[in-house]
Amino acid sequence: MTPIISVQNLTRKFGDFVAVDHINFEVHKGEIVGYLGPNGSGKTTTIRMLLGLLKPSDGKATVLGYDVFKQSEDIRARVGYMSQKFAIYDDLTTLENLTFYGGVYGINDKARIAHTLELVGLKGHESTLTRDMSTGWRQRLSLGIALVHKPKLLFLDEPTSGVDPTARRAFWDLIYELAEGGVTILVTTHYMDEAEYCERVGVMREGKLLAMDTPTNLKRTVITGDVWEVFAHPLERGLEILSAMPGVERVGLAGDHLRVISQRVGKEALQNLLSRKKIRVEKIERGEPTLEDVFLALAR
Amino acid sequence: MNSRLISMIRKEFIQIFRDVRTLAMILVIPIMQLFLLGYSATNDVRNIPLAVLDQSRSAESRALLDAYRAADYFRIAYSVDSEAEIETLIASGDARAAVIIPPDYAQRLNDGNAQVAFILDGSDPTSASTALSAALLISQAHSTEILTQRFSRSGSTLRVQPPVQVRTTVWYNPDMISAHFMIPGVIGMILYAIAAILTATSVVRERERGTIEQLIVTPIRSWELIVGKLMPYVILGFFNTIEVLAVGHWWFGMPIRGDLGLILILSIVFLITGLGIGLFASTIANTQQEAMLAVWMTLLPSIFLSGFFFPLEAMPAFLRWLSYLMPLRYYLVIIRSLLLKGVGLDMIQFDVLAMTLFAVSIMTAAALRFRKRLD
Repeated sequence: MTPIISVQNLTRKFGDFVAVDHINFEVHKGEIVGYLGPNGSGKTTTIRMLLGLLKPSDGKATVLGYDVFKQSEDIRARVGYMSQKFAIYDDLTTLENLTFYGGVYGINDKARIAHTLELVGLKGHESTLTRDMSTGWRQRLSLGIALVHKPKLLFLDEPTSGVDPTARRAFWDLIYELAEGGVTILVTTHYMDEAEYCERVGVMREGKLLAMDTPTNLKRTVITGDVWEVFAHPLERGLEILSAMPGVERVGLAGDHLRVISQRVGKEALQNLLSRKKIRVEKIERGEPTLEDVFLALAR
Repeated sequence: MNSRLISMIRKEFIQIFRDVRTLAMILVIPIMQLFLLGYSATNDVRNIPLAVLDQSRSAESRALLDAYRAADYFRIAYSVDSEAEIETLIASGDARAAVIIPPDYAQRLNDGNAQVAFILDGSDPTSASTALSAALLISQAHSTEILTQRFSRSGSTLRVQPPVQVRTTVWYNPDMISAHFMIPGVIGMILYAIAAILTATSVVRERERGTIEQLIVTPIRSWELIVGKLMPYVILGFFNTIEVLAVGHWWFGMPIRGDLGLILILSIVFLITGLGIGLFASTIANTQQEAMLAVWMTLLPSIFLSGFFFPLEAMPAFLRWLSYLMPLRYYLVIIRSLLLKGVGLDMIQFDVLAMTLFAVSIMTAAALRFRKRLD
């Protein structure tokens, strides 16, 4: 089966600055693929190239089998795009916004518009001015706009920035529902927990795609050492000592404990060293690697 | 019909009508401007306050003052006893002109070489030049009258007349009412300013909110985006034209002598220039304020170099040459000719052609730049 998105050596330079640096990946039908990276790492630039909004400096890409630069019109009619800014007219009502974008896609069927509103949970709020709505609602309307023409592929660019956790969770439930219906989704985020929801995650940094795999595989292949959670007192002093310890790859403060990633350094070795340095150790437990660990390990 | 275009136009209209304050401004500002300029921007000088120092106090001097009184250019506001008082009155602006009649006026009038002094406040050249020519006219007429009287007293029936007489007939605006000259200008300015400012800000607003980017990823074509965006402002501008014409005609009594259909069609052509300027400004500006400023920067030279207030003939050659670059210049010639002179298309060919050329080229340049910025 041909991939929904296929990217080969895609590159974009702005002067001397390389925003996207020879990236390669594929996305298949029905997948939810996350694109994780800090601001300015090239996530949005990649999406803009795939939508034909920016011309690649090098490499090539196809979306739904169409060339991103030569056939961007064909692509745009078939994909949905939700930008970071929630591009809605805040002096129009919910229904007016959706009716307008529907009309632009050639959809004038009132039932279809109503159905889309229901899908994103805004039924009953048709005549609310969007400037009076919460960010969570605006986010859902923005998704509705991206969905009104029933696209096969959705690009979501940081769709949950500024949205409260409950609304974020509800939003992801909706994303799963869409994916089950056969929609392929490429979503960028800088929230680690959100990346965990994706079937596959690409990790972006400084224009480079460092890795792309399922969260589980990423954790297994990138974090080869052990993760320890060290509860000790005083924590800051413990951090200093463990950072200098041979075999310890990384130590980080995590609220009331330290997260230690180490190669071939056991629980006892940690315990002994800390005790020798007069640190009171309450307990040391084995922890699970997270995507944050993966990201920090890759970023080094 | 094209669903994308209709959606765009409908959306734009909803936005215009939702913003009641802006809508009210669009509808009220032209009328306000019209009243403001129709009444204030006038060169018709009447009732200039005059100070009089009559040192002669004779029947002859009173006859001269009566002549001044009879012409409604002057109003004898002060009768004073010293030149110092005159100085104070003119310095304070209470009097704009003064007449000094010397003590020997009656005597010298008999000898045929009487002199009076006329003092003028030249700080406002417009009213000063009117006052000066009025004073000269009054004196000349008075002299002629004295001579006639003298001849008739000496038994002669000869009527004294200057050898050359100029009989003036003023065409098109016989009473030389400034408002009739101003109203067509107001129409031009309003069309230009409203079209350009509204277009520029509404396009920039879409960019600020990111809705332009959202629109680009839809199947809408750029021409549909441009036409859909501009069409509502064409309609509004058209309405403004009719509004100003109607008030100008029925309130200020401005004649509409030319073909109304032609006036409206050519106004739309000019409106397109304004829309083009606005669209162009929107491609330069990043914020609505910048867009507004960019439009203002083109508006001021347009007003001053188009013959709106000041006659182009009086300008230095360089500025006159620059005025050919102001689309408003051509529209003003066209609309004034059509309204006041009632001429046909054949008399204004050059201006119609030049204006159309500007409209087409500005709009094309703006549309191309707009498209380029989208990609």
